[in-house]
Amino acid sequence: MSRESMEYDVVIIGGGPSGLSTAIKLKQLDSSLNVCLLEKASEIGAHILSGNVFETRALDELIPNWRELNSPIKTKVTKEKFLFLGKTKSLSWPTWLLPSVQQNHKNYIISLANLCRWLAEQAETLGVEIFPGFPASEILYNEDGSVKGVITQDMGIDKDGNKKDSFEPGIELLGKVTVFAEGCRGHLGKQLIKKFELDKGKDPQQYGIGFKEIWEIDDKNHEEGLVMHTAGWPLDNNTYGGSFMYHAENKQVFLGYVIGLDYKNPHLSPYDEFQRFKTHPAIKKIIEGGKRISYGARALIEGGFQSLPKMYMPGALLIGCDAGTLNMPKIKGSHTAMKSGIIAAETINYHFKKGDNLSVYEKIFKESWLYKELYKARNVKPSFSWGLILGIIFTGIDQILFRGRLPFTLKHKHADHETLKPANQMPKIEYPKYDNVLTFDKTSSVYLTGTNHADNQPVHLKLKDPNLPINYTLEKYDEPAQRYCPAGVYEVQKENNQNKFVINSQNCIHCKTCDIKEPSQNIIWITPEGGGGPKYGNM
Amino acid sequence: MKILVAVKRVIDYNVQIRVKEDGSGIVTDNVKMSTNPPDDNAIEEAVKIKEAGKATEVVAITVGEEKAQETVRKALAVGADRGIHVKVDGILEPLAVSKILQKIVDKEKPDLVFMGKQAIDDDCNQTGQMLSALLNWPQATFASKIDVKDNKLEVTREIDEGLETIEINVPAIVTCDLRLNEPRYASLPNIMKAKKKPIEEILASDLGVDISSRIEQLKVEEPPKRKAGIKVANVAELVQKLKNEAKVI
Repeated sequence: MSRESMEYDVVIIGGGPSGLSTAIKLKQLDSSLNVCLLEKASEIGAHILSGNVFETRALDELIPNWRELNSPIKTKVTKEKFLFLGKTKSLSWPTWLLPSVQQNHKNYIISLANLCRWLAEQAETLGVEIFPGFPASEILYNEDGSVKGVITQDMGIDKDGNKKDSFEPGIELLGKVTVFAEGCRGHLGKQLIKKFELDKGKDPQQYGIGFKEIWEIDDKNHEEGLVMHTAGWPLDNNTYGGSFMYHAENKQVFLGYVIGLDYKNPHLSPYDEFQRFKTHPAIKKIIEGGKRISYGARALIEGGFQSLPKMYMPGALLIGCDAGTLNMPKIKGSHTAMKSGIIAAETINYHFKKGDNLSVYEKIFKESWLYKELYKARNVKPSFSWGLILGIIFTGIDQILFRGRLPFTLKHKHADHETLKPANQMPKIEYPKYDNVLTFDKTSSVYLTGTNHADNQPVHLKLKDPNLPINYTLEKYDEPAQRYCPAGVYEVQKENNQNKFVINSQNCIHCKTCDIKEPSQNIIWITPEGGGGPKYGNM
Repeated sequence: MKILVAVKRVIDYNVQIRVKEDGSGIVTDNVKMSTNPPDDNAIEEAVKIKEAGKATEVVAITVGEEKAQETVRKALAVGADRGIHVKVDGILEPLAVSKILQKIVDKEKPDLVFMGKQAIDDDCNQTGQMLSALLNWPQATFASKIDVKDNKLEVTREIDEGLETIEINVPAIVTCDLRLNEPRYASLPNIMKAKKKPIEEILASDLGVDISSRIEQLKVEEPPKRKAGIKVANVAELVQKLKNEAKVI
């Protein structure tokens, strides 16, 4: 098919913290550059979901006067708590005994979606062309194998793949350099990692699934600036995860839960663990009488240093969590994503001005605080494969006594899709019924996300083998997609006494968990028509 | 023939509306906004008429705050030729909007004015009709099919009983139904081109019309929650409950 094409100096895929930082920094370094940025959401910020306790280090470098520019960074962290939860009891851990990476007194409680909206305004003021509603669906390569650019998603294709009257072909966006900043498990980033063997010699990437709800709570329970984390109940000792609760402005709390996707029990439902977590007395007393106003979920990167792929390749860079720059023990990825974006812009500037190869990325990265930070953090997550208690003891030694300088590096042994044990060998988990006060079903949760995909378009969740879910995965793992999907996309239904695997793709909130956790890697997430997916507000 | 199309910026139809806690209105901060859906149909139809060679110019107009200009820009990206943005802060009632549109019609002298049948935020369904009265022009509301015939329009209307086809003289006001057409996508090159198309900015206060509120809003509330249903064991229990608890039989 012949397509229109547009040429830019730099094409950036993804309007999150890393891509926007690259865009801004590029224009700061050379205002004559033509820079465009594609975003699959209907507007910048609508697919962004994060805690978020924000460390301003990268922003201080990027926009030093951000305080004067009406940025949405307002609520300073004033107080911290860390709780170990038993089934009904809770034990408060003194914050002075927390590793310094988990201390937040200089940080801010923010909505990352709002920060991205603000960064996009800054970028547009500098002349960056931002196109929301345009997913990049394919990578274009030059004859020499280097990345040439991307194709945007065709619009107006019906569910059988035929062109509708409204068909609008995608166009070729060609960049001298293309920057991939799609966030965790980007569907193009995944292809690049494979094609250019960017993960050669690295440990398998590790992921988690993060849930977030925003609650408006009673004045008397609200302490603006309070940051609270928990570990323990409802997860068992062998499952990695914990909660966050951040008291933001306007009587809102950002309440969330993160579970490592290396969990072993296929009966585990991350969504239901989060729901029942809210019924713990220590949590219930805060949100009781309040109202849930938002819900969302997104996979996140947990692999860190050992799993971080090479971030440059001919013609392109892979940045932020598309590569995996999140700092797990710090539970923060925004400042690191931004820094990786800044480094990308510096790299491209050297590339254009001095003719340096894009591999200079590696050099700037290694000299940066980002590298040091990720290096120091590297042993925390793998130590939790020994269980919560040993993990905590080791982390204390590694982070408090040695400050991340132990002379060895622990490995991530398995990819997350390899960790499930057969369903008949693992205990079933009985989750309590939803009470519609503190806990809710998936349908009413997805409703809050504003998720929609235009009717009559191809299913964007592809099965490599359409029979595998029923013929194998159901039998062996009790089809865990029914449980790990936070939006109820996957169902096994009985039809004439036959099991049928149903994909409700219109519910998909673009978290990518299925693409990661499916034990046979049978589900492939591809971009749906532009503008589809959630419409998150201040997530 | 020149067509003026009015578009309105509203909360996106996928977003769950939330009432402010103090009941003074609804939450709009950081909420995804879009063009009122039937206004997209109005723009699409005007552009189609122009593409069929039956109109010479399509002008998109919006009345609203600074960011409302996005809706005009979107109209330009799908084929409108130029835009007008009448700037005003706060929420205007249909009468005020139609008075502003009347002033613009006086100035622009279009042959047709298109707009959505109603806006999905206040659901008033009044602006087109009021404009028709102010201008003393014929109107065709809830249009699901429009045929341009010389100086007349044949319009099929969606009415309660089914479809009604009427013929009206131009100049006229047409309010558009969602069934009128399928709005096209804005392509990336057309979005780029739209950035260069002119948008005239006019201050509502310079138009000399009374746009003051005629309605006093006392309170905004969420509709009451529906109570959860119950399961009954048998018909006897159902009848008993309908009789004694629901008291409907």
